[in-house]
Amino acid sequence: MFLQEAEKTFQEKIDSEIKIEPKDWMPEAFRKTNLRQISQHAHSEIVGMLPEGNWISRAPSLKRKAILIAKVQDEAGHGLYLYSAAETLGMSREQMVADLNSGKAKYSSIFNYPTLTWADMGAVGWLVDGAAILNQVMLCRTSYGPYARAMVRICKEESFHQRQGFEILLILSKGSKAQREMCQDAINRWWWPSLMMFGPKDSESTNSDQSIKWKIKRKTNDELRQQFVDMIAEQIKLLGMTLPDKDLKWNDKTKHYDFGEINWDEFWNVVKGNGPCNKDRLIARNKAHDEGAWVREAAIAFAEKRKSNINTKAA
Amino acid sequence: MINQKTINATLHLADTTLILAQKNSEWCAHGPILEQDIAITNITLDLIGQSRMFYQYAAELINEVENKNETEDTLAYFRSEREFKNFLIAELPNGDWAQTILRQFFFSCFHQLLFEKLQHIEDKQISAIAVKSLKEINYHVKWSSEWVIRLGDGTLESHSRMVKAIEILWPYTGEFFNAEENDLIEVKKIKSNWIQKIEAVFFEANLLIPGNVFMQTGGKQGIHTEHLGYILTEMQSLQRAYPGLEW
Repeated sequence: MFLQEAEKTFQEKIDSEIKIEPKDWMPEAFRKTNLRQISQHAHSEIVGMLPEGNWISRAPSLKRKAILIAKVQDEAGHGLYLYSAAETLGMSREQMVADLNSGKAKYSSIFNYPTLTWADMGAVGWLVDGAAILNQVMLCRTSYGPYARAMVRICKEESFHQRQGFEILLILSKGSKAQREMCQDAINRWWWPSLMMFGPKDSESTNSDQSIKWKIKRKTNDELRQQFVDMIAEQIKLLGMTLPDKDLKWNDKTKHYDFGEINWDEFWNVVKGNGPCNKDRLIARNKAHDEGAWVREAAIAFAEKRKSNINTKAA
Repeated sequence: MINQKTINATLHLADTTLILAQKNSEWCAHGPILEQDIAITNITLDLIGQSRMFYQYAAELINEVENKNETEDTLAYFRSEREFKNFLIAELPNGDWAQTILRQFFFSCFHQLLFEKLQHIEDKQISAIAVKSLKEINYHVKWSSEWVIRLGDGTLESHSRMVKAIEILWPYTGEFFNAEENDLIEVKKIKSNWIQKIEAVFFEANLLIPGNVFMQTGGKQGIHTEHLGYILTEMQSLQRAYPGLEW
């Protein structure tokens, strides 16, 4: 009886747009779904630092170097907010990190693709951050309070990143032949993986219905993907480049762009760990974690020593 | 000739901050703790900001004297190993977190004393950069001091790693105080203050300053370790491969 009442009150709150807060009663599945999604999101920020970090040492100007470093650092900051938001659902950051490092937890598959040229810094900013933003703007209104608030902060910085990515490509698109080729090549490589970021088709997606009922999500994967295609298909005109899809075409009836079929075999393989960089990413995360173990131990030992010194003095 | 002296001194300041930033930036995305990944990256960004101000000023002076078209980027990306004037300590490998922290601590303490003097020199541009940078450097000193103490007085392992780091880095600190014709201040005069700062923090950290050690030198004259060539090769690769383009 209690459970039914509680569930009813819970759904009423959701329906009337009242945020669910950490101490509120919530169905176990709501807690789990949010925990999974927020921690995955945090992991994506952290793993996402690696492909862009790959170009810090080789950024082609001091200004670009500073902007890129600041961007990667922002992602670390996003990871922090998100781990904090996820911790309100009852799992420690240590546990979440352990799950990431063991391969148990997932992160966005897009970061399992390599950044091969400087133009990739532009394409990642424009396409990958661009796709992420559509999802994140929606999540600013998600029903779990701490997640929604983290997203509001993150969205501000992300839209800045996307503009910077576009600017990198814009300069390349107006540059030498080699730069223009670099630009087109990066767009060719990142376009399809960016479309995959929205996840499986609605007809294949298992969690979608319940997530929409609970307002964890407010748009389906396919709706967001279409929104992204419509946006990018227009923006690319400013670059004078093309998207690598022969089926991409404006549809006057639907008022949307039609686009070709995603390679779902590749999608599922990258999810399962067979992408070009899955292993490298986990090796890098584990290395940083393992080599940092003595530092974390020392910090804890030192803090405890100082605490006991203060206690001794106080006594 | 006054200008040539200022140019060399400015390039030395620019090169040292850039190369140290380049090394510190290797920690970005690989730090031992997420919060500290962010902290060292902040320092990296400050150092790049400082190097850019110095390069821009050096470019301005060079263009005036030699009627050239230098920019911050031509100076950073098209000078070779023998032309770079950074301190050797900046180009050494990061080693572990202890070594990175200790280098930052040695350098930032020196930087603080140096810039406290530079803010009063006649050259308006350099003194303005010094004033602006000191706010940042004071934080670098604070942050790195805290870490030296934390690691020195943490666990047995962290302590022994700090001892090892001192052994590796101490021979590269003598260079800070080697007088050279291009110096903007009398560097010898800040040596005792620097030693005092180090001693005070080492005392709290249960660490000791080594006895008489032979000191390495050569950075300001462009005589470097073998590490710098690789750092520049990587850093300059795109500009060298596609010269003269906008990025």
